[in-house]
Amino acid sequence: MSVLIFIDQADGQIKKSSFEVMTYGVDVAKQLGTTAEALLLGKNTEDLSTLGKYGISKVYHVADDNLNNLDAQVYAQVIADAATQTNASVVIFSHNQTGKAVASRVAIKLKAGLVTGACALPNTTNGFVVKKTVFSGKAFANVSISSAIKVISVNPNSHTTTIGDGIAEVATLNISVPAPKVKVISVNKISGDISLSEADIVVSGGRGLKGPENWGIITDLAKVLGAATACSRPVSDSGWRPHHEHVGQTGIQVAPNLYIAIGISGAIQHLAGVNRSKVIVVINKDPEAPFFKAADYGIVGDAFEVVPKLTEEIKKFKAGA
Amino acid sequence: MKILVCVSKTPDTTAKVAFKDGNTKFEDAGVQWIINPYDEWYSLVRAIELKEKDAATVIHLVTVGAADAEPVIRKALALGGDEAIRINADNHDSFYIASQIAQIAIEGGYDLIFTGKETIDYNGSSIGGMVAELLNMPYASLVLKFDLNGNTATITREIEGGEEVSEIALPLVVSSQQGMAEPRIPNMRGIMAARSKPLKVVEPIAVDALTSIESFELPPAKAGVKLIDADNVAELVRLLHEEARVI
Ligand SMILES: Cc1cc2nc3c(=O)[nH]c(=O)nc-3n(C[C@H](O)[C@H](O)[C@H](O)COP(=O)(O)OP(=O)(O)OC[C@H]3O[C@@H](n4cnc5c(N)ncnc54)[C@H](O)[C@@H]3O)c2cc1C
Ligand SMILES: Nc1ncnc2c1ncn2[C@@H]1O[C@H](COP(=O)(O)O)[C@@H](O)[C@H]1O
Repeated sequence: MSVLIFIDQADGQIKKSSFEVMTYGVDVAKQLGTTAEALLLGKNTEDLSTLGKYGISKVYHVADDNLNNLDAQVYAQVIADAATQTNASVVIFSHNQTGKAVASRVAIKLKAGLVTGACALPNTTNGFVVKKTVFSGKAFANVSISSAIKVISVNPNSHTTTIGDGIAEVATLNISVPAPKVKVISVNKISGDISLSEADIVVSGGRGLKGPENWGIITDLAKVLGAATACSRPVSDSGWRPHHEHVGQTGIQVAPNLYIAIGISGAIQHLAGVNRSKVIVVINKDPEAPFFKAADYGIVGDAFEVVPKLTEEIKKFKAGA
Repeated sequence: MKILVCVSKTPDTTAKVAFKDGNTKFEDAGVQWIINPYDEWYSLVRAIELKEKDAATVIHLVTVGAADAEPVIRKALALGGDEAIRINADNHDSFYIASQIAQIAIEGGYDLIFTGKETIDYNGSSIGGMVAELLNMPYASLVLKFDLNGNTATITREIEGGEEVSEIALPLVVSSQQGMAEPRIPNMRGIMAARSKPLKVVEPIAVDALTSIESFELPPAKAGVKLIDADNVAELVRLLHEEARVI
């Protein structure tokens, strides 16, 4: 019996959400009195023994070239084989793009109950109950898993990474990797920018900004904060911003430490995607805008005046800090 | 070309989220039900577009649900499906639902199975992958663009850190999201036609659910907004640093 944590990477780099799930998995293992092991697929040249710092006792690396691109069918086969060989009773993913493609397939292979979008450690005092977000962040459900093996995917930004010291043993597994059926033509990495679902700070603009030509005030503020940028649905529908920036019930759900909403009214469908943020700041010229009800801090004012001032103040603060 | 579009019903996006029976059930009194937006706006409309290009295409809709799912599936038929199948079962867990859909898929021999990226009430993002695994088919998740060239699909999908374009031979399971198609609204002709389209009701196969919802919770209420004067932006920066500790 052990906990197996799937480590996701992009371009040979382990992602922030994977460090979070390592800590989550290590905490689950402690609860169950067992060890936490990790699995990494595809090319990686980093020194994986350093993952010991996160409490991982053993890292299995399957470096087959067929694993360099994501074919959910191939990944699921390899991960399920690894879980069986290592006698894992809990398999943990990040609820990111890879997790969404793979975790459910792995659950079927292992005849395991699945909870996706977990936002807290399982309650194991009486059975195995995992809290997950439902209704696009408007509520939580406590879901009990009855199968012997459990598969969980954890919401990004919901578990804090802890670092200690330790060295992990690095091992390989004898798994035959099937040929992928997905033929990759091209990959377009959204590079340079901070990935929205992983960002600690998100600066988001709505229709109040009037047009794409005004987005400079949003990106300037994002830049000084090291934040990712986002937008409301009508903004992406009008083509002012790319679709992958649209947050809300029908877009991306984010849960950063700080969400700054500028010129966004705060429609219920928008709030559904952002209400798990730890702190919400709203800048809107209408004091009656519904978003103020969901906010921690607010400024009633014209975005075109307030936001450049805020950017300047943050610059000053960063220079002084 | 035979396409199966999975359709689920969800509360309207403005519905108040509340619970009853000791927080074990969703309070559905007065709630309007809609087709899950991903199923309607993207999966179904893209399937209809494919049919418009190739008249030989047949679109079947499937829903796992009790009789109260019928208005929603009729609306989907009004948008453009050819016939619908309702598997007469209350929603159990994802594994249960996926097993029912997979059974229909095996019997119907579909080339393409469309699911939504997620339901906006349960937020599972899991049915598509489960169906694909049960059918041993490839799975194109989080698809932004979908085109067909004979028996090969060209897709653009979201992957960690970016987008990927790839080719996959059918049969294939897809999960759809924004970008795949532009939302449509049903017209009068469609609504009339939907009344006479077949809606078959079948009984579920025996499957044991692996998970169950024990209870629901609402997030704690916010303390209330602290307003800062527009002329005193420096104060906001101070509060974010000293009080909220987020910068
Ligand atoms: C089924 C369904 C799903 C949906 N899903 C989503 C979703 O996922 N995400 C989403 O965002 N929306 C979604 N919507 C749309 C949602 O209902 C709202 O229409 C949308 O969020 C409004 O966007 P907005 O706040 O940018 O624009 P508006 O509602 O037009 O608000 C603009 C705001 O800017 C303020 N403003 C104007 N000028 C200034 C200025 N100079 N300075 C400061 N403030 C200013 C105004 O006071 C106003 O509050 C959905 C709708 C439906 C029906
Ligand atoms: N009861 C159901 N009947 C038919 N299809 C469903 C049902 N539940 C979910 N689906 C499909 O699976 C997708 C993903 O759902 P989920 O995994 O629950 O987030 C939905 O968008 C639907 O296409």
